[in-house]
Amino acid sequence: MIAIIDSGICNLGSVRRALAALGAEPVIVTQAQLLGRAERMILPGVGGFSQGMTHLRDGGWIDTIRREVLGHNKPLLGICLGMQLLATIGTEGGETAGLDLIRGDVVRLNELGCDARIPHVGWNDIRRSGNDNPLLESIPDGNDFYFVHSYALRPKDPAHEIAHATYGARFTAVVACGSVWGTQFHPEKSSKAGLTLLKNFLELNPC
Amino acid sequence: MLKVRIIPTLLWKKVGLVKGVAFDSWRRVGPVAPAVKVYNTRDVDELILVDITATQERTVPDYESVHDFADDCFVPFTVGGGISAVEHIQSLLRAGADKISINSAAYTTPGLIEEAAKRFGAQCVVASIDARRFADGSYRCFSHSGSVATDVEPVGWARELESRGAGEILVTSIDRDGTMLGYDLALIEAVAQSVNVPVIASGGAGNYEDMRRAVQEAGASAVAAASIFHFTQQTPAEAKRYLAAAGVATRTNFVAGAR
Repeated sequence: MIAIIDSGICNLGSVRRALAALGAEPVIVTQAQLLGRAERMILPGVGGFSQGMTHLRDGGWIDTIRREVLGHNKPLLGICLGMQLLATIGTEGGETAGLDLIRGDVVRLNELGCDARIPHVGWNDIRRSGNDNPLLESIPDGNDFYFVHSYALRPKDPAHEIAHATYGARFTAVVACGSVWGTQFHPEKSSKAGLTLLKNFLELNPC
Repeated sequence: MLKVRIIPTLLWKKVGLVKGVAFDSWRRVGPVAPAVKVYNTRDVDELILVDITATQERTVPDYESVHDFADDCFVPFTVGGGISAVEHIQSLLRAGADKISINSAAYTTPGLIEEAAKRFGAQCVVASIDARRFADGSYRCFSHSGSVATDVEPVGWARELESRGAGEILVTSIDRDGTMLGYDLALIEAVAQSVNVPVIASGGAGNYEDMRRAVQEAGASAVAAASIFHFTQQTPAEAKRYLAAAGVATRTNFVAGAR
């Protein structure tokens, strides 16, 4: 089972549709205890960091997600806010502790030096930051993905940044650490390249 | 770097897609769902779907149909037509729209733009302006699919919409619509220069050069087109290649390959 975590943060239809189009059988999971049955987990999200963490806490998701990832090495993909929630700490809506699966913080794009209009909305190209990662298998460097965000995750360990993008400033677009992956863009709305990335996630094995 | 977008517009009337000239003399061009599917197969940048009968017949948006269309849409999907309340927006977003487009209701209830931007974020609020040019060179905005004259002109109205929270402004020239004579560049430029949010040029595209001019001469961030894709052999992918060759940053279509 591919679990789409539904903590009430956002509309999950697009992610479910994209996975279904790939032949997977995604299940929208509304109760944390059901994650034990999942082979892989996807954490989508739209909105603010502190609000997102409040939803995760209220639903009892935090410990369960961490246990499935750290204890069972289960693959997890965070999308947009879902990627940001992987961080140690967020600053949107007041300093808030995150899932702490990727060490780092989440800051507003202007704090990274971006002087362009925020939010960053639209198609933008991503570049690999270092070694190749199976999540980006057969996706050419410089490929465009669809972004909608005002904040970005800043990993403490540069090795956790798999790809970056530039919008007024350079920011982290894709992260990976153990069985955890995250994309700042929306693969479910990034056409063929996005579907390819999701397919890679369905096939990859934690390292 | 953000890319200039080429956006096919789908005009939806009752059961199928139509295309007219100057918001009139509609021709049927086929059913909606296969068109959404084909454009997705062709890896387009974005799609705009406008239900042109909803407001005129005072009906609410058709959420069920939008839900079905969204099943095959893996690119940003903007839906307009018949939106007059924040509940309509919420239901459309839930049905699978990524952005909504508001036109007629903004004239009578401008607060709707503010409320929508506050609740769902400016990035999903597209304000749409349909404008007609008069013989003296002045412009006027029209509501209800071009059938009702308003008392505002497009530049001032675009500023107002931006200040109320619109994340993008879709500007359509009623006179050029369906003519394939080129965008109304003066109109697009006047609006693009007066706001900071992205402006989508619409109405009149007949060839790729028209699109290039809307971007490079008039300052549009995106170009929308319908007839050129419905009635000619020209395609969004070729349009992007043409624009790229002229130095416009466009999104290249995906080809699986190594890094």
